[in-house]
Amino acid sequence: MQDVIFNTVSALKEGLLSKKYSSVELTTEYLNRIAMIDASMNSFITVCEEEALRQAAHADKLIQQGKAGTLTGIPYANKDIFCTKNVRTTCGSKMLDNFIAPYNATVVEKCIDAGMVMLGKTNMDEFAMGSSNETSFYGRVKNPWDLTRVSGGSSGGSAAAVAARLAPLATGSDTGGSIRQPSAFCGISGLKPTYGRVSRYGMIAFGSSLDQGGPMAHCVEDLALLLGVIAGHDCKDSTSNKKGTEDFIQNLDSSIKNKVVGIPKEYFPNNLNPEIQLIMDEAIRHIEKLGAKIKDVSLPSTSLVVPTYYVLASAECSSNMSRYDGVRFGHRCEDPKSIDDLYERSRAEGFGDEVKRRILMGTYALSSGYYDAYYEKAQKIRRLVKNDYISVFKEVDFLIGPTCPSIAFHAETFTHDPVQMYLSDIYTVSANLAGLPSLSLPAGFSQGMPVGMQITGNYFMESELLSLGHTYQTNTDWHNRYTTQKLGR
Amino acid sequence: MLWETIIGLEVHVQLATKSKIFSGASSSYGAAANEQACAVDVALPGTLPVLNEKVVELAIALGLAIDGDIASCSTFARKNYFYPDSPKGYQISQFEDPIVSNGRLKILSDNDLKIINITRAHLEEDAGKSVHGEYTDVTALDFNRAGTPLLEIVSEPELRNAKEAVSYLKELYYLVTSIGICDGNMQEGSFRCDANISIREQGVEVLGTRTEVKNINSFKYVEKAINFEISRQREILEDGGKISQETRLFDPEKNETRVMRTKEDAHDYRYFPDPDLPPILISEGQIDKVRATLPELPWDKRARYVEEYNLSPDEASMLANDYSVSNYFEECMGESKLPAKLVARWIVGELFSLLNKYSTTMASSRVSPASLNKLLAKISRKEISANAGKRVLEIMWETLHDVNKIVDEQQLIQISDDSVLQQAVDEIVKSFPQQVQEYKDGKEKILGFLVGQVLKQTKGQANPEIVKSMLERILKA
Repeated sequence: MQDVIFNTVSALKEGLLSKKYSSVELTTEYLNRIAMIDASMNSFITVCEEEALRQAAHADKLIQQGKAGTLTGIPYANKDIFCTKNVRTTCGSKMLDNFIAPYNATVVEKCIDAGMVMLGKTNMDEFAMGSSNETSFYGRVKNPWDLTRVSGGSSGGSAAAVAARLAPLATGSDTGGSIRQPSAFCGISGLKPTYGRVSRYGMIAFGSSLDQGGPMAHCVEDLALLLGVIAGHDCKDSTSNKKGTEDFIQNLDSSIKNKVVGIPKEYFPNNLNPEIQLIMDEAIRHIEKLGAKIKDVSLPSTSLVVPTYYVLASAECSSNMSRYDGVRFGHRCEDPKSIDDLYERSRAEGFGDEVKRRILMGTYALSSGYYDAYYEKAQKIRRLVKNDYISVFKEVDFLIGPTCPSIAFHAETFTHDPVQMYLSDIYTVSANLAGLPSLSLPAGFSQGMPVGMQITGNYFMESELLSLGHTYQTNTDWHNRYTTQKLGR
Repeated sequence: MLWETIIGLEVHVQLATKSKIFSGASSSYGAAANEQACAVDVALPGTLPVLNEKVVELAIALGLAIDGDIASCSTFARKNYFYPDSPKGYQISQFEDPIVSNGRLKILSDNDLKIINITRAHLEEDAGKSVHGEYTDVTALDFNRAGTPLLEIVSEPELRNAKEAVSYLKELYYLVTSIGICDGNMQEGSFRCDANISIREQGVEVLGTRTEVKNINSFKYVEKAINFEISRQREILEDGGKISQETRLFDPEKNETRVMRTKEDAHDYRYFPDPDLPPILISEGQIDKVRATLPELPWDKRARYVEEYNLSPDEASMLANDYSVSNYFEECMGESKLPAKLVARWIVGELFSLLNKYSTTMASSRVSPASLNKLLAKISRKEISANAGKRVLEIMWETLHDVNKIVDEQQLIQISDDSVLQQAVDEIVKSFPQQVQEYKDGKEKILGFLVGQVLKQTKGQANPEIVKSMLERILKA
């Protein structure tokens, strides 16, 4: 039973269908692993043993009756940003420590409909604001490859849990790299779909025009399976695209011959970490050998994307965070003396420093007298960024570069220099500003830590993106590496 | 010193939809507290707004009616402010691209037509309600109203006195109720108004500092609030003082306005486009579809009543302005060949006074157009007198009985039989010799008194016209 944790989801499904093991047995295996290992990583905020076993028993019944779908009985870890009925949804914040939603996020509803088993809710930066998982009210998530290093963020709990084989699949959300960066840091595969591909209903908002939920897994094939379940139009989310979902599996094996891969020169500056440069050169050569054509391209607005992103994401955040006022739900201060006192203390006590910092930045950027210089200007640059991509995708099918400029850093590296941490988002935020699908895959190791390669595609080209990723993974085994760290007891 | 008053009005019209503007919860009035507040309305984390397409249709209808521009692309914006009854900490409204702009409304000002330009009309959601005083030391919140669809209609500052403001408001009220975009229930807050008021010396170009009086929900209060503000501002300025830009509330009990917020604590609303809602795109086809279903507008209806039914402008207004009244009138006219004047007079006279007496509206009239027609037919055939008719109408209202039944029971059939009447007339002439003498001495007005006596004698059943000519015949002999 123990080696099942190294199986792909297809193999797990095979095991379930051939009755090698039941979903209850499989779920128990993962729950035991979580109990044994997670204390050393802190990747879960809430583990739902009872609920998971109940869902697994239900899945077994469906399998018995021959009503199993693609992912029936497969366990997954759910980022604690997706609302779940009956299980608290904290979003990594003290503000929502006691919050139980009376509804499921559409993503969760779709997983339930697919017969999947939710193992628990994973740790994350508070309200998804952070790149290291150090802003969580529930403590930082440790990187399973080196527990002194961060998991990345904000979907760090999901990334660490998948990397340590505490779950075969996980959900994540990506506002500026929150799926891809922790995937790169923890050596797993993660996809930020096209904006509008996955419903945002019930996924607690941070930067509404940038937020996008997506799958995290060991390999691209598994990403395709989970994306097939969670994607689709949702009438509860007005920004959800009518395109709906697709069978992302059927084209996985299609050839990448003659596909054109662009290498943006801005993603390979002279001062790029030489080991990451080497790993990327190797990966690009590999993809060329597999039949793709490599082309040098330029994304001229790259130097502007980080400040643009932090203005826009913070502006939207400042407004999205306003509903946490201690009045209707969430943290409420003791014995408020007045309405202002209620607001001030509830928010002062309920929010952590990073959330407060972004509320302040965003409020400033939207204030009268500053709106034109910050928010309005950032919107204009956002259009430039989008135009960069539109013109470059006339020449190429994909863009490849490193997911991050560094490997996972040590805890507390940037505690006193948030701007330096923001700058490490340089390669990921553009896809959010433009709304494009973007994938991160393990492509090698530096100092024993995984290095991620990012592949970005054109709008709604997830199938093509996944097919390139899958072809790469069929010919490499970076994604199959497992940490040599001793985890847990 | 001569002063000129400058008034601009912002009217909040509650749109007549079944559900809220951004959620599926019911928007009907009067449910138990928070019974109609769903997860979206109370802004639970993760919830998202979805536009109720009906409100777009209703806004287009207004845009067409006021001859305004309807935006082919209109956007929602967030208006950020903290208040306990604002669940999201922002209100979804429209800022840069309102759905309707550049409209106009013709109003009557001192019997002259005056055009008031309408700057814009934009969609937004209503807030919840803070309930004070029901519990000790705490304020309770009712979110039933949160998310109710509103159309805010903003006029240019072209109104010059309280009467014009009321005239504009009434015309707008008749319009929105006639085209069916608002139920017009002012007590329930379906039509409420903020007034921006300033005064300046006659002949001066620059506008004076204005004050805004918020949330006035009756025509009478609007007039009072504006007149109070004008004299308050005048007193301050004539004493050499300065008006401070502030938001004020009207207190109908004390008949005065008082400060609610000063400029110092004015909000910076930090408007920005709402990323949760894509722009509203409106095609020509969609506009044409609404145009095709747009009912006759009140001013067209008034003109038609004057033209087609030969009614006076006043009668036409009284019948045409309220769509339930005009529906009633037209149902009466459609069913019979009765003279329009007669029907009009009975509706605006007798039926209106009954509506008044029972404090109700035409929509809940207990006398149907068919019943009124039956009654009026009897009167015009002189089967009963007009006076008796009034009594019959009242009894119809009270008992819902048929006209014939009431006339029979009350013995109201008009006596036109000359021999019966002759007898009654003779008796009265004998009983009132003094009045008869006065008539003969030239005081012809006394005839009305004598006719009245005959009617009294016959319990109102005598035909007054016949009685009158009989009396004249006898007295002039």
